[in-house]
Amino acid sequence: MGEHHSTYVPKTGIERWVDARLPIVRLMHDSAVSYPVPRNLNYFWTFGGILMMMLVSQIITGIVLVMHYTPHVDYAFQSVEHIMRDVNYGWLMRYAHANGASMFFVAVYIHIFRGMYYGSYKAPRELLWILGVVIFLLMMATAFMGYVLPWGQMSFWGATVITNLFSAIPVVGESIVTWLWGGYSVDNPTLNRFFSLHYLLPFMIFGVVILHVWALHHVGQNNPSGVEVKNYAKDTVPFTPFATVKDLFAMVCFLMVFAWFVFFHPNFLGHADNYIPADPLKTPAHIVPEWYFLPFYGILRAVPDKLGGVLAMFASIALLAFLPWLDTSKVKSGAYRPAFKIFFWVFVVVCLFLGYAGSQPTDKAVLTLGGRVVLDMVGFGQILTVYYFAHFLVILPLLGLFEKPLALPASIADSVLASTGHGHPVGAHASPEK
Amino acid sequence: MTIVSRLFAAALVAGSSMALAAPALAAGGGEKPPRQSWSFYGPFGTFDKAQLQRGFKVYREVCSACHGIEKVSFRNLSEPGGPGFSEAQVKALAAEYKVKDGPNEQGEMFERPARPSDRFPKPFPNPEAAKAANNGAVPPDFSVIAKARSYERGFPIYVFDIFTQYQQQGVDYITALLLGYEEPPAGVKVEDGLHWNRYFPGNKIAMGNPLVAVFDDAGKPNDPNFYTDGTPVTKQQVAKDLSAFLMWTAEPKLEERKRTGVKVMLWLILLAGLLFMLKKRIWSRLDEDAPAKAH
Repeated sequence: MGEHHSTYVPKTGIERWVDARLPIVRLMHDSAVSYPVPRNLNYFWTFGGILMMMLVSQIITGIVLVMHYTPHVDYAFQSVEHIMRDVNYGWLMRYAHANGASMFFVAVYIHIFRGMYYGSYKAPRELLWILGVVIFLLMMATAFMGYVLPWGQMSFWGATVITNLFSAIPVVGESIVTWLWGGYSVDNPTLNRFFSLHYLLPFMIFGVVILHVWALHHVGQNNPSGVEVKNYAKDTVPFTPFATVKDLFAMVCFLMVFAWFVFFHPNFLGHADNYIPADPLKTPAHIVPEWYFLPFYGILRAVPDKLGGVLAMFASIALLAFLPWLDTSKVKSGAYRPAFKIFFWVFVVVCLFLGYAGSQPTDKAVLTLGGRVVLDMVGFGQILTVYYFAHFLVILPLLGLFEKPLALPASIADSVLASTGHGHPVGAHASPEK
Repeated sequence: MTIVSRLFAAALVAGSSMALAAPALAAGGGEKPPRQSWSFYGPFGTFDKAQLQRGFKVYREVCSACHGIEKVSFRNLSEPGGPGFSEAQVKALAAEYKVKDGPNEQGEMFERPARPSDRFPKPFPNPEAAKAANNGAVPPDFSVIAKARSYERGFPIYVFDIFTQYQQQGVDYITALLLGYEEPPAGVKVEDGLHWNRYFPGNKIAMGNPLVAVFDDAGKPNDPNFYTDGTPVTKQQVAKDLSAFLMWTAEPKLEERKRTGVKVMLWLILLAGLLFMLKKRIWSRLDEDAPAKAH
């Protein structure tokens, strides 16, 4: 499918003058007003907009926090408390930023799983998907380094554990770790470079997001039927006002969840140990990463070999980039793939359990029979890890070959008719006052 | 073994297997603290000013010799959402403390009475002095201790906590710890300089029972008029008052936060309602031109 051609008509002399020299208004009009959106999108498609909102929110709160924060091992913890106590609305900025990171990941995980369910990575959207994986990686790096900045116990020991992963690389590993630290342990140089990079990476994310949106607007959005747009007049609606108002409504609903945590439960998603100033001589009893890293941490710990664990963890993320070629099915949407649908939900549950396994002590019993531990957390994590990889490397390639998909609708408009019996999507009803 | 791999091993062992802490816990330690009721619980919760004032008295007369609240300023005591002392009271109180200032024009450091804008002075000039005075253990600062202490809620209870807004693990634990000093169970040896506590992780705590400063061996208050507002002086009351005060030092903007939150929520609900109606109205246009119907 090609790009729809521009419908922008400059009305005034000034607009014509600008348009002839720098068609920026035309660009904005074409991408945010007249851009055709499949009319059958459900609310899972609003998370792209929600993610954009969260990125902007994180950048704004972050910039304000930097005005009051001191990146030094002796003052960082103190300066965060200064923000909480002495800066006007400092508590709001910090809690919005800390919980904002969590909300960002909530939204991105829903966004990713939506893409997986509806096959949004399939041709012609492979690059769009891969750019998304790049954004996800950058987000993880940014979040990890941001968590180090308050210089609490979890900041310090989390940084120590994660940077030490690189020492698993043969021969050069330990030199790399020393280089990352800027010394022989996690210390002031480490904090300073993490601060610098934590400020840089969000703008890199922003850059890749622009590419992501560009690719999206070039190939057009996927939709719940997975059938491409055939007739713009019948299958699509203009972005404004249709998608704009729907996205706004979804954003406000998401903000309510966000506000619940920020105002009423601000430390729920954090860890109490991070309110203890970093102490290199005292290891916390239980080092856990933030919740959004737990599934990957679960994979890391499942492999008994250090290098193997590190490779498995990175592979589990890198694998996502190959998804467009690992899924061999010609049918995009999971709605028309009865077997895939089951495996998809099993995969979601496996990811959740991996997160649980990552949060628990490894020697904890999962299954006991007659007083004997038959399965501990390590074993549980290993089973889940094997399934995680099997989903991508065995199940998806084979499913496409053996599964018998349901009959696809002839067009998006047809799928809408079939699902509601009316000429409009679910949720849109005629209002009597019109 | 190089330092890098040694650190890694230490961190991974401690972090992933809990090998260091688990045996200690398994060896009989650290019961879950019982749940208390708090005035600052829930979306509309506020601090009980009288309780914070009583808690401050306990802190000042019992804890402050060893535990600082170095991130709290004297002025905070008269600010909204806190114990509600008057500015004159705070000024008089601050003047009882000495802080180091300087250098003066002669280049010398000097001591002067504290002002409301000063932070509470630390009880020890440095961690080494703290160790020397306390059997080798540094008494932790109390500024954010109520947020720095917690206990495992366990699955699935922590999921329910999202909806019930239970987040008082820290104060529940502190209250329990203060009331948890007991004779060790038969056969358990407690080393010199350590004390048995039912709720402390590992059970053996360096700090002696701080409540002996207020209560005699029979559990009767040394001074029945310890509280000047008529509140009965019981161990439970003293422990809870101190815990509430420490919640305030950890979260002095709690009331402002919750008040703002209620307004924000109401505003968001209203906005969501309006946007939902607008969305329905805009999407209903599709019924009129209904390309699919014509199809």
